[in-house]
Amino acid sequence: MTAPTATVTPVIQGVNLVKTFGRVVALNGADLELFPGEVLAVVGDNGAGKSSLIKCFSGAHTPDRGEMYLNGKKVEFKSTHEAREGGVETVFQTLAVAPALDIASNLYLGRELRKAGFVGSVFRMLDKKAMRQEASAHLKNLGISTLQNITQAVETLSGGQRQAVAVARAAAFGSEVIILDEPTAALGVNESARVLKMIQDLRERGMPVILISHNMPQVFEVANRIHVARLGKRAAVVTPQSHSMNDVVAIMTGAMTVPVEEQQLTPVT
Amino acid sequence: MSSASAGPADLADEFMERRTTLQRIQGVLHKYPYLSPLIVLLVAVIIFYLLNSRFLLPQNLSFVTQQTVVVGTLAIAQTLIILTAGIDLSIGAVMTFAQMTMANLAVFATASNILPVAGQNPYLAITVGILAGVASGALNGFLIVRFNLPPFIVTLGTLSIFTALTLIFFKARTIQNAEMPDQMKWLGNTFKIGDFQLLYGVILMLVMYAIFGYILRNTAWGLHIYAVGDDPNAAELSGISTKRVIFSVYVVAGLVIGIAAWVTIGRVGSASPNPDPLLNLDTITAVVIGGTSLFGGRGTLIGTLIGALIITVVQNGLSLAGLDQAYRVLAIGILVIAAVAIDQWIRKVKA
Repeated sequence: MTAPTATVTPVIQGVNLVKTFGRVVALNGADLELFPGEVLAVVGDNGAGKSSLIKCFSGAHTPDRGEMYLNGKKVEFKSTHEAREGGVETVFQTLAVAPALDIASNLYLGRELRKAGFVGSVFRMLDKKAMRQEASAHLKNLGISTLQNITQAVETLSGGQRQAVAVARAAAFGSEVIILDEPTAALGVNESARVLKMIQDLRERGMPVILISHNMPQVFEVANRIHVARLGKRAAVVTPQSHSMNDVVAIMTGAMTVPVEEQQLTPVT
Repeated sequence: MSSASAGPADLADEFMERRTTLQRIQGVLHKYPYLSPLIVLLVAVIIFYLLNSRFLLPQNLSFVTQQTVVVGTLAIAQTLIILTAGIDLSIGAVMTFAQMTMANLAVFATASNILPVAGQNPYLAITVGILAGVASGALNGFLIVRFNLPPFIVTLGTLSIFTALTLIFFKARTIQNAEMPDQMKWLGNTFKIGDFQLLYGVILMLVMYAIFGYILRNTAWGLHIYAVGDDPNAAELSGISTKRVIFSVYVVAGLVIGIAAWVTIGRVGSASPNPDPLLNLDTITAVVIGGTSLFGGRGTLIGTLIGALIITVVQNGLSLAGLDQAYRVLAIGILVIAAVAIDQWIRKVKA
């Protein structure tokens, strides 16, 4: 099954997703499509279901109903581990880094490299050298040169540097899609600009990105399409060209509705 | 990224670079958490040597290592658990349970017809005793993971349960030295290096420190223990099964406690059903003085070994100096509070 309006198979697709927490309905039949090579911004008021929606794709939540597709193939992620195996990497709002561990260990947390041969298979010895080398290569790839020491504990880093570690981890392992949940919420102006630059770099490398953000100027700066969530559903998908920031806020609050034919449900060409 | 901001950023960097001596000390302690206990140990050794030069005689030093062996071995288990931000109050009770299991099997199994082969083969009795420790650890881990209960409460409960089970199964009878087969007491043998008498149990303890030190530093499981203790949500989101890690830690701790039971029989020479009431607290003290954080996620095994040594050195040194043991209790109390205060301070480290 593919989206009725799309001829390109979406990288990620959610159909009629429902997620409840007791009596709270977080998702009430939400749809989402992410197409190859695009940055899709997901915006919405508090409680509109943005985080719940992406947490289904990153494996942190299992939807109660509805289907999810990865490259047209139906998937069910029961844990973040399964989603990561499928190539979906998420930078959570909380970053999900272990503060006391060093940068390299954090990059490889949950998928450590073991040494080759006997030492690795019998003594389970980790290949710390390789992990450190590759970790610094990944950080360099993203243009993060401010981290001097890959063996530094993450808790000794600034907010922006921690964010960079989390983004680098996602970029290093995400083979299908990278999801960023409010990546700039806790950051200063310079650090935000750096993260936005990373997002654009990811897109240039052809990596599709889902960006959840409250920050409209940032969304309009990097997004190809803007998915507006409202009351656990998709209210509309628009583009920075077709609608203004005020329009998007109006859609978020329900002051404005966009007819389907005026929405951008297909990839931007 | 932008070059325009280079000026102020450089200024800020310069400001960040300026660090006081205190901050430097903080940074070093953050990187090597076992340094402060090491300094305390060295200072204690020097003081006790000055008070009584017999302190550093090989005979006395071997006595110190022998006094450390039980708490030192058990503290390995306690360290693993505290690293996950847990705590085990049942360590003493579980060890006594394992110890009485192996001693009773070795002595009475043939007569009572319960597992009679264990009566003929002491190694089997020892193995079953160690497995009793593993099973007890598994019970603790299961209750914590399956029902989301706080480790403090679970192990407070199992402390009573295993104390009671020991008395119910094995009565209040101490198994005397003469009754037990030699294999049971094997770890109580010593090995002479000049005037220094090295207990086999001490060698086993050091080997275990080496093995678990290696595991914590060099394997994924070890790294995951730190990650889970540090921030369980982050670990879970990073694809680590926190429940599996926590459960396995309690099982492995049970194994260590089981081995410690065998070590204790060797050290003490008999098997008593009444656990030393201070044993639980002494293991926690050793871990905390050793620089491991009670909040989980940071600490080292070598620190724990140093912490266990500090407890014995203070005890031994005070007796040699002819001072009241009340000073030991006083000193340990101060050290525990100081260690936790230092831990809190180190946590605030900045790059």
